[in-house]
Amino acid sequence: MNPAPSSTPFAPDGPSTASTAVQPLLEVENVRRSFGGLVAVDGVSFRVFPGQIKGLIGPNGAGKTTLFNLVCGLLRPDAGRIAFQGRPIEGWKPYRIARAGISRTFQNPSLFLQMNVLENVMVGRHSRARRGFLGCALRLPGQAAEERTIRQAAMQQLEVVGLAHLAMFPAGSLPFGQRRLVELARALATEPRMLLLDEPASGLNTKEKEDLADLIRQIRDRGITLLLVEHDMSLVMRLADEIVVLHHGARIAEGPPQVIQNDPTVINVYLGGNLDHATSSQES
Amino acid sequence: MSLMRRIPPLLPFLLCAGVMVSLQQLMRATGTQYCLTQLTMSLYYAIVVMGLCLLMGHAGQVSLGHGAFFAIGGYTSAVLTTHNFSAWGHSSLGGWLQQGGVLIAKEDVFGNAILTVSPWAAFLAAMLLTTLVALLIGYPALRLRGHYLAMATLGFGLIVSKLLVGSTLTGAADGINGVPPWPLAGSLTVTGKTAARVQNYYIACALVLLLLLLLRNLLRSRIGRALQAIHDRETAANAMGISTAAYKLKVFLLSAWLAALAGVFFTHFTGGIGPSEAGAFKSVRYVALAAAGGMANLWGVTVVSTALNYASLRGWFGSLDNAVFGILLILIITLAPQGPLKPLGAWLRRVLRLRNLSEERLERS
Amino acid sequence: MDPGNLALQYFLSGITKGSIYAVVAIGFNLIYSATGVLNFAQGEFVMLGGMVAVTLAQFVPLPVAVTGAILAVAVVGCLLELLFFRKLRHHSILHLIIITIGLSIVIQEAALHLWDEKVRSLPYFTGNEISSVRVFGAAISPQVLWVLGAVGVSVAGLHVFLRYTLKGRAMRACSSNPEAAMLAGINISNMRTLAFGLSAGLGALAGCVISPITMTHYEMGGGLAIKGFAAAILGGLGNPMAAVVGGLLVGVLEAASVRYLPAAYNDVSAFAILLLVLFVRPHGLFGAPAGAQVREH
Repeated sequence: MNPAPSSTPFAPDGPSTASTAVQPLLEVENVRRSFGGLVAVDGVSFRVFPGQIKGLIGPNGAGKTTLFNLVCGLLRPDAGRIAFQGRPIEGWKPYRIARAGISRTFQNPSLFLQMNVLENVMVGRHSRARRGFLGCALRLPGQAAEERTIRQAAMQQLEVVGLAHLAMFPAGSLPFGQRRLVELARALATEPRMLLLDEPASGLNTKEKEDLADLIRQIRDRGITLLLVEHDMSLVMRLADEIVVLHHGARIAEGPPQVIQNDPTVINVYLGGNLDHATSSQES
Repeated sequence: MSLMRRIPPLLPFLLCAGVMVSLQQLMRATGTQYCLTQLTMSLYYAIVVMGLCLLMGHAGQVSLGHGAFFAIGGYTSAVLTTHNFSAWGHSSLGGWLQQGGVLIAKEDVFGNAILTVSPWAAFLAAMLLTTLVALLIGYPALRLRGHYLAMATLGFGLIVSKLLVGSTLTGAADGINGVPPWPLAGSLTVTGKTAARVQNYYIACALVLLLLLLLRNLLRSRIGRALQAIHDRETAANAMGISTAAYKLKVFLLSAWLAALAGVFFTHFTGGIGPSEAGAFKSVRYVALAAAGGMANLWGVTVVSTALNYASLRGWFGSLDNAVFGILLILIITLAPQGPLKPLGAWLRRVLRLRNLSEERLERS
Repeated sequence: MDPGNLALQYFLSGITKGSIYAVVAIGFNLIYSATGVLNFAQGEFVMLGGMVAVTLAQFVPLPVAVTGAILAVAVVGCLLELLFFRKLRHHSILHLIIITIGLSIVIQEAALHLWDEKVRSLPYFTGNEISSVRVFGAAISPQVLWVLGAVGVSVAGLHVFLRYTLKGRAMRACSSNPEAAMLAGINISNMRTLAFGLSAGLGALAGCVISPITMTHYEMGGGLAIKGFAAAILGGLGNPMAAVVGGLLVGVLEAASVRYLPAAYNDVSAFAILLLVLFVRPHGLFGAPAGAQVREH
């Protein structure tokens, strides 16, 4: 994959003032989802523009994971609209959304433990390959070449995350942090337009978080738009171009990190804990 | 480079072919070639278990009714090639079908002229019917979770079994006899005649080896990886763009085809088929054999299945025939759910992986 | 016989068969609630009850034989739990169900060898095969009243047990929340054994009571298990009382199919009901849609 030019167009003043004619990559409009009597997501709207790193934060139980699952197709919204590249995707099955160009990682790395690392990433290439049952069973000449291409592309992604040396290791033998990276490589292998990261930094130490941040920026520079749910405030404030804040299922703020940090509603919600920490590390 | 790379993958097939030939030669030498009949039947049964290996070991689904597909294949061929379609012979459609070789004129046991479907056409019809039924049952059934899927397939198998026993078209409890031989190509014919016994043994061997080759290719490809992914973590597989529902259905269909194919060959070989082939005992037996052969291990499943079915057909289990497979099922699932061949497989894999790694190093340099 | 009368006959015959299915279904539910396993050997308990009672009845009076059979089969049920399911708790549910299928086959074959393939039956509890009683204008055998009575009493007894006794409430606790039950000091393993024993005993009672009407033979368990499961799932798994409704419905529908389908296809209707319920409405009539983890998506 060739890296895209690093200038990434997005509306600097917030999504409501899209002065350029750039279409949002992902549009979430008034999405609502409840479970029995509990309203998990209550009329949330936001947009993600191409080339953005968008952060999704909020206290526990704010509805972030539910929102994530709604975008990925694991859940169906009760009301509202979700559009990707202009096409409505609410109600689509997860695999269809994945094929449309949205890839995701999971909070607990969901590797295929019976395979080795390389094979895991090769699964990510699945939707980019064509040969069907008959072609594979008969081992037609095109199939062998395609298999080689899949392998090479998978190795490339492993190199991007720095784990090429572990290609042949069984996935189950890797420590947590490395499993995260393999899952990331696998998601990248699908050649997504947009990558959804579910708490990518949880369980990582400081050094690993630094590397992750670099990696995420690298990914953005290659032209992939990112939406990440994260609890680590300092990481989000450093990485994200824009942040959406959820509380009790509703959006209470949206904007660049500077704006969010100083928003009184947001500060109240977090009661001064994490945000102060974030501000101080920003200044140092 | 090609030859050196190709030999290791083909080695098991060559070995297997060698074993098959040796067995036959051994039987000839000891004058026990009549055993070839049971061995041939066991080989056809093994094909059903190969399909189950794919469905259960790789796609992670379960079917307790696969005997029904075997029966659908066998019975369709049997009915079409023995039923008299003379009533059609006089119509223009009938004439056209006769011209095309679909309907053939021959004499029945009493010397009367009858019109039956040609074995090749009957085979195609059997596969078509199997496809229809598999899709009809598979589409709703595969949405169910494990234990409910098990019960649904069991119920399906029982329905087919009862329908076969209950209708006169399929010969009720007696089944169908007098199924004609099936001329495959040239002088190759699937038949139970003693003179063609050795030939038919090799036909079965060739079929098994061919299917093993095709399935092995399939499992080593991206499709095989996708199946493994679905079996391992279905949600993650979906998130990677794999339509798990579609794949499960395709594998179910493939396994049904294999069972039906085996049924057709079996029926022409033995000259008949009975309703017990669709029964729960047989279906559970297939599952027991798949489990004993190592669920996901194609070779293990084929070898174990052939061996145990042969023993059963030769009567070595006597009156305890069904009980043996019931006990086998319990023992395997309790003690070694992945199959007893797994430790052996792991060792082999370690050996092969070392070879893969050295290949990689050669590639890089 | 006028059509109304005929319909009533079919209905009563359906209710009779249906109450046996109901007992098997209740057994399924009991074990499912306590262990999460669908015990395919449920039908064998019915068969064993009849077989053991027939053998015992050669030596002791009928009531003693029936009681003895119920106790013996209940012990068998407890043994099954102790030998297999206690040790194998860590296996996946699917594995356990396959094991019960294997057990069902082994039990059938064991029955074939212990007794033989001949069909047997207990004598009628009251009267004989030609005595009849008039109910709403239809003539039925007194044994039918025994069947309905026995099943009715067991269902009521079970209901009382589960609702009002300490042991029964403990069992309900185990099924709804095993961890909490354990913390409350309830011995889950023993509860599971009890569930198996109860199911087996109830099945045996059904087997004894139905024996004069439908005969007992070693192969009857398999079909009964499937039909009982169809009844359980029609009512909605997890709800023992719904299982009764499910059983009666399956019985009546089957009797109706006897009326309209050729004789050989009688059994098919029950199996078809099973498939229909699983495909269309897996949580059954009275189960909770969200609660039933039947579908994957």
